[in-house]
Amino acid sequence: MGMDRREFIRIAGLSTLLGLGGKGAFELLAPGRVEAEIIPAPGSMKAKRWAMVINQKKLSDSTAQQCAAACHRVHNVPDFLNPPDDKLKLNPAVAHRYQIKWLWSEHFHNAFPGDAPPHLSEEVEHMNFLVLCNHCQNPPCVRVCPTKATFQREDGIVMMDMHRCIGCRFCMAGCPYGSRSFNWRDPRPYVKEQYPGYPTREIGVVEKCTFCAERLAQGLQPACVEASGGAMAFGDLEDEKSEVREYLRKYFTIRRKAHLGTNPQVYYIV
Amino acid sequence: MLEKALVGTKRYYGLLAILAGLFALGFLVYLKQLNTGLGITGLSRDVSWGFYVAQFTYLVGVAASAVMVVLPYYLHNYKAFGRITILGEFLAVAAVTMCVTFITVDLGRPDRIMNVLKYPTPGSILFWDMIVLNGYLFLNIVIGWNVLECERHSAAPPKWIKILSYVSIPWAVSIHTVTAFLYAGLPGRGYWLTAIMAPRFLSSAFAAGPSLLILLCLLVRKYSKFDPGKEQIQSLAKIVTYATLINVFFFGCELFTVFYSQLPDHMAHFTYLFVGLDGKAQLVPFMWFALVGMTLAALFLVNPKLRQNETTLAALCGLVIITTYIDKGLGLISGGFVPNPLEQVTEYWPTAPEAIITLGVWALGFLILTVLYKIAVSIKEEVKS
Repeated sequence: MGMDRREFIRIAGLSTLLGLGGKGAFELLAPGRVEAEIIPAPGSMKAKRWAMVINQKKLSDSTAQQCAAACHRVHNVPDFLNPPDDKLKLNPAVAHRYQIKWLWSEHFHNAFPGDAPPHLSEEVEHMNFLVLCNHCQNPPCVRVCPTKATFQREDGIVMMDMHRCIGCRFCMAGCPYGSRSFNWRDPRPYVKEQYPGYPTREIGVVEKCTFCAERLAQGLQPACVEASGGAMAFGDLEDEKSEVREYLRKYFTIRRKAHLGTNPQVYYIV
Repeated sequence: MLEKALVGTKRYYGLLAILAGLFALGFLVYLKQLNTGLGITGLSRDVSWGFYVAQFTYLVGVAASAVMVVLPYYLHNYKAFGRITILGEFLAVAAVTMCVTFITVDLGRPDRIMNVLKYPTPGSILFWDMIVLNGYLFLNIVIGWNVLECERHSAAPPKWIKILSYVSIPWAVSIHTVTAFLYAGLPGRGYWLTAIMAPRFLSSAFAAGPSLLILLCLLVRKYSKFDPGKEQIQSLAKIVTYATLINVFFFGCELFTVFYSQLPDHMAHFTYLFVGLDGKAQLVPFMWFALVGMTLAALFLVNPKLRQNETTLAALCGLVIITTYIDKGLGLISGGFVPNPLEQVTEYWPTAPEAIITLGVWALGFLILTVLYKIAVSIKEEVKS
C-alpha cells in the first residue's frame, strides 16, 4: 500500500526537521564533496603557509598610515569617523562603535598587552604597531563559527564567506586579537570611493583581513605589503628560501599573544 | 485542551491584551532593526554581544524550573511535586521559547538562520546549543501536554512519557552546560575562561528558575481555585536556598583564583565590574548590589522563619531573581568584553530600541506562559470539581 499525501508530508517534514533534507544530508554523508573544487588561476601566488613579517624598525608612522589606507581602499572598508559627506556625520561615540578595521595602528601596550616592561625603550613606546588578523594556524574563530562561514584554507589563510555568515558574532568573541568587525549598519554610504575589484558588504555580517586572497589569486602581493616600502614581507613560511624565512632567520621576532596557542602567522621585528 | 485558553475572566483577557500589545510594539521596533541593522543597539566592535545575549543566557537558567520539580518527582518518587510538575514544565517552555527568540533577534542575518542546519558544524558550541535548546523545548511541550491530558481524563500517563521525563533530566543539565561552554572555551576572554562556568550556570539556574516558579505558584494560588500547595512551595524554597548558597560560594571560588593568582588579564574584568577601569564604572553599583543582595538572600533563606513565611519568602525569591539576573545577564556578558583584547575600555549600555525589542520578547514569553498556565490551571480546577 502506498502512502497517502498526508503521510508523505509528515515524513518529509520530520526528516527535514532532523536536518536530513537537502544539502545537510550530503554534508553528513560525504563532507566537503558538494562544493565545487576551486582551481587556482594561472599566475596566481601559491604557498603551503602564508605568513607576514612586519619590520617595525623600518615602518614609519606615515608608512603605517599608508598601508592601512591602501588596505581599506581596495577592500571598500567604510570610514565612519570621516564620512565622505558632512550629512552622514555621526556622533563620535556612535562612529567609534560602528568602526570597521582590517589593518590599523596600536601602541605596544595594546598590541602586546602584558608584555611591556616597566621601562620601555623610548623608540618602542612611540612606535605604531600595525595590527591585523593573524591568520592563526589554530584559529579560535574558525573553531566557534556555526556555519563554517569563516574557515581556514589549505594555505593557512583564514577566510570569510560573507554570503554564508549569519551574523551571530561568535567569531568576534572568539578572536583574542580584536581583529574582526561587524557591519552594524549599511557600510556603503561611508565608502569614500567604491573600488570595483572587491565587493562591498551588506548589514549584519562580520568581516576582517583576508591576507588579500583576491590579490594573491592575481599574482599580486597584499596591498599593505605593496604600500609598505619594504617594511613588510609576505611569503611562504614552509619555503626555506622565502623572504619571510630569511627575515625570521636573521631577526628575533615576536608574535601577539603566542602563549594562547593560536600560532599567529604575523611576525614583528621590533 | 486549547479551548481552555479561549475562555476566561476579563482580567485574563486584559493581561493577554497588554502582553500582545507589548509584543507588537517590540515587533515593530524589530522591523526597524531588520531594516537598519543592529546599529540601533548599543553594541560595538568591542562589546559585540549585549542585552539580547544576556537575556538568552539568563533565561536558559529559568528553564531549570522544570528539572527541579521533575527530578525529585521521578527519581525520588517525591509525590508532592506531581502536583506542580506541569507548572515547572510550562515555565520552561516559555523560557526556552524566549531564549530561541533572543538568539534570533541578536543575529545580523536572521534570514540565513537555516545555514546552521544546512552546514552543520559539530565543532561549534552554538551548533550544539541549538540542538539542546530545541530538544529541551520539544521535551517539555510533549511531556507537559500529555501528562496534563492524562490528568484530565484520570488516566495514567503512557510509559513513553515516563521515559521522556527521565531523558529530560540530564537534558536540562545539558542546556546549562552547553550554554556555559559558549563562553568558557574562548582563549582570549579571561572573565569567561573558567572551568566552573558550567557549574556556576547550574547553581544560578537552580536558584533563579525555582524562585520564579515559587512566585508563579503564589500568583496561581491567589488568582485561581488551584492551590499548588504549601509543602510544594517550601520544598522549592529549600532548593532555592541551597542553590543560592552554592552560587555565592562558586563566585567566591572565582574571586580567590583570580585575585590570589594575580593574573592581570583575568583580574581586569573583575576590576572593571567592581571598581571600574580607566575611569569607566557604569556597572559598579549593579555588581555590588548583585553580590551583596545575593549573599544576603542566601543567608536570610537559611533562616527557617523567613523561609516559611510566604511573604518574606516571596521577597527573597524576588531578590534572588534580580541579583542573578544582574550577575548572569548584565555582568557576565559585558564583563567578558571589557576590557577588550587590546586592553581598551569601551562600555556598553542598551539603547531604547534595544530595550523595547527585549521587552517585546519577554512579553511574548509571558503571553505563552499565561496561556499555558491558564490551560493547566483550568484542567486542575476541572479535575478537582
